[in-house]
Amino acid sequence: MCLGVPAKILETGGGAAVIELGGVRREISVMLLDDVSVGEWVIVHAGFAIEKLSEGEAEQTLALFREIAEAEGSRDS
Amino acid sequence: MNRNIKYIDDFRDPATARALVARIRRDAGDAPVRLMEVCGTHTVAIARCGIRPLLSGAVTMLSGPGCPVCVTPDGYIDAAIALGRERGALLASFGDMLRVPGKSSSLEKEKGTGLEVRVVYSPLDAVALAAGLPDREVVFLGVGFETTAPAIGGAIRTAASLCLKNFSVLASVRTIPEAMGVLASDPEVRIEGFLCPAHVSVVIGTDAYRPVAQRYGIPCVVAGFEPLDILMGISMLLRQKKEGVARVENEYSRVATSAGNRRAQDMIRDVFVPCDTGWRGIGVIPGSGLRIADRYAPFDAERKFGAPVVFAREGTACRCGDVLKGKILPVDCPLFGKACVPEEPYGPCMVSSEGSCAAYYKYGDL
Amino acid sequence: MHDKILLSHGEGGKRTRDLIAKVIARYFDNPVLSPFFDAGLLGRIEGEIAFTTDGYVVTPPFFPGGDIGRLAVCGTVNDLAVCGARAVAISCGLILEEGLPMATLERALAAMRDAAKEAGVTVACGDTKVVERGKGDGIFVTTAGVGVSVDGWRPAPSEIRPGDRILLTGTMGDHQVAVLIARQNLAIEAPVRSDVAPLSGLLLPLLPRFPGKVRFMRDPTRGGVGVTLNEMASAANARFMLEEARLPVRESVRGVCEILGFDPLYLANEGKAVLVVAGDAAEAIVAALREHPYGREAAIIGEVREGGSGVRMRTLAGGVRAVDYPVGDQLPRIC
Repeated sequence: MCLGVPAKILETGGGAAVIELGGVRREISVMLLDDVSVGEWVIVHAGFAIEKLSEGEAEQTLALFREIAEAEGSRDS
Repeated sequence: MNRNIKYIDDFRDPATARALVARIRRDAGDAPVRLMEVCGTHTVAIARCGIRPLLSGAVTMLSGPGCPVCVTPDGYIDAAIALGRERGALLASFGDMLRVPGKSSSLEKEKGTGLEVRVVYSPLDAVALAAGLPDREVVFLGVGFETTAPAIGGAIRTAASLCLKNFSVLASVRTIPEAMGVLASDPEVRIEGFLCPAHVSVVIGTDAYRPVAQRYGIPCVVAGFEPLDILMGISMLLRQKKEGVARVENEYSRVATSAGNRRAQDMIRDVFVPCDTGWRGIGVIPGSGLRIADRYAPFDAERKFGAPVVFAREGTACRCGDVLKGKILPVDCPLFGKACVPEEPYGPCMVSSEGSCAAYYKYGDL
Repeated sequence: MHDKILLSHGEGGKRTRDLIAKVIARYFDNPVLSPFFDAGLLGRIEGEIAFTTDGYVVTPPFFPGGDIGRLAVCGTVNDLAVCGARAVAISCGLILEEGLPMATLERALAAMRDAAKEAGVTVACGDTKVVERGKGDGIFVTTAGVGVSVDGWRPAPSEIRPGDRILLTGTMGDHQVAVLIARQNLAIEAPVRSDVAPLSGLLLPLLPRFPGKVRFMRDPTRGGVGVTLNEMASAANARFMLEEARLPVRESVRGVCEILGFDPLYLANEGKAVLVVAGDAAEAIVAALREHPYGREAAIIGEVREGGSGVRMRTLAGGVRAVDYPVGDQLPRIC
C-alpha cells in the first residue's frame, strides 16, 4: 500500500523539490520533512518525500548482503 | 536489461538472493513457518519476484489486510459514484481504485457512462485540478494507510491555505497496528511472524510494533520492498523463531527509524482524528481508522455533501475476509478462478493489483 | 486556405476539393494518388498478397519521437512486415474534428509523407471526413495496407518447438511512456522518445538470409510484449520461459515505471518486433538485427520449453512467475 521510490534531490525551493530517478524528473512536496538539501536522497510516495534515505545505512545493508553472498559462495566451493 | 538505478537495482542482486534463499532453507524447521506480510505492496512484490516456490516447504506466506483497496467497503465506492452522479463532482483518484467493485458498479464502469473520474498520481494533483477549475466541485478519493495519510493531509492543508471552496476529500484511511493485533489474537490465523510494511513504518516508526511483539510473542521485522529486503526480512524472522524470541527488528534501516517521521505524524494528528472503522471482509476494528478533524470539516466530503459512507458487512460467498486474515489461501476460496477472476472480480482481493487473489492469479501459484 | 478545418471541408464541395488539391496533394505527390480517382490503381502485383488495416487515435497527436502520421504509416508497414510482407501501398483515411488547426493537419501529413518515404511505401488513396466539434479527438487516421510476401515466407506458429529462442528487437515501453509524458497530466519529465519506426528493412532481409529459421513474428503494440507473447504462446500451444535479466529496458523508462508502479512488459511499443526463431540460429539472427539502426539493442529474452502452454519468467531473484494477460491498461498506482 505504499509504493515509494528512492530519488535524489536536484533542486529545492518553497516547500517543493525536484527529484531525479533514472534520468526522470518530477517536482514533489517536501512539506513532510524538516529540511532537504540538493544531493540528498529521499523516498517519494504519491508526490511527497516521506523520509530521507541514509546512504550510510544503505551501504551497511549492502555490505551485509555482500558478506552473506560471499559466505554462501564459499559454502558451495 | 539496464540495471543501474541506485538503491533499487542494488537490492535485486541475483547472487545475494540465491544466498538468502539458501539461508532461509537451512534455517527452516520440519513444518513451514507461517509468516504474514501485512502490506499489499509486499504481496505483489513477493508474487512478482516469484520467490514463493523457492520457499515452499520452509515458509508459508500469508497475505494480510494491508491493501487499502481490499479493505475499503463497497459503500465507499457507491458514495463516490453518488457524489459524481448526483452532485456533479469531478472525482480524482489513485489508479488503484478504478476497478474496485461497489455494490453494483465501479468507477471504471461508471466512467464509461459519463461519470467524470480523473486518475492522479498525487493528492496535490487533485488540489491543482480544483484550483484550475473553480466552478467544479473536485472530490479526491483519499484511500490509504499511514504512508498516504500525511500526503492526503498535506493536500487538505494546501487546499486550506489556498482557500479553495471546491475541493474536498472522501476519506478512507486505516491504520495498521490495530489490525495486526486483531489478527495476532485470532487463534485460527496462527501467525508466527509479521513481515511489517516498509513505508507505513517509515511514518509511524518501528517501535509501533513493539506492543504486538510483546503482547502476542510474535516476531516482527520491518522490511523494504525489493527482493533482497523481503528475503532478508524473512530470514530475520526465521532466525528469531529459531532463537525463541519475539522482537521488532528493522531490515529497512536505510529509511525506517524507531521513532518514525515526526513531522508526518504531526500532519496526521493535525488533519485526522482516530475513529472506529470497518474493514471489508473483517468487520469493525476499534481505533483503526482516521477521519478528517473538525477544523478541516469544509474539506471533508462526507460532511460537506451530507453523504456519510455506510459500512455494511457483506453476506456473500466472497471469502475475501478470510483471505485478508490469512486464514485461507486464495486458491481455497470457492470463487477463485471461477466466479471471481481479474476481468470480473467478485471481491476486492481480486480487483486490487495488490490483492492476494489478484497476485496469485496473475503471477501464478507456481 | 483557411487556418482551421471547417465542416464544409468534409462536405464534398469546393472546400473539399481545395483541401485535397491545395493541402493534401502537396504532401502526397505520386502517380497513383495524383489523379485523385475514386480508387488508386496499383497495376499488376506479382506474388502472395498480404492485407492489413488499422486505426490510430493517439492523444496527443504529437509526442517526443513521433506523431499520429508516422504512427499510422509505421503501424501498417509493421503489421505487414511481421507477416513477411513488403508494404506496396497504403490508404489514408482522415477523420478530422471541426476546428482542427490546419497547421496540425499539415504537420501530420508531412510526417506521413516522410515515414512513407522511409518505408518505401506509396500512399495510394485516401479519404477525408470532418465531424462536428466535440465528436472527434482532433484527428483520427485509419489505414489499410497491401503487401507482397517476401520469399513465400508465412508465419508458422505450429513450427515452434522446444529449444527455439524468443527474440526482442530492442527496448520495451518507450512509446507508451513517451505518449504518457506528452499528455502532461502526471507532471513527469523524462528523456523518453517513442520508438515508432518502420521495420521492414530490419525484418524482411532475415527471411531469405536465415531460411527456415524464423518461425513467427509479431509487433508488440497495445499490451506490450507481455500480451503479444501470450498470444504467440497460445497460437503455438507452447510454453515460453523469459529471463528477466535479459529484458531490454531503458533506464528512463524504468524510472517512470518505478514511480508509477508500471510493469514494462505490458507497455506498448511501435518500433519493435518479437520473433521466435530456431535455437541454432538465434545468436546469428540477433547479430544481424544489431547491424540495423532499429535493432541495436536486440536480445534473446527467453526460450521455448517443453510441457504445457503459457508464458513464465525466471526473475532476478531466481524465482519463477507467470506472465499473464493484464486486465486493462495500466494505471498509476500507490499500492
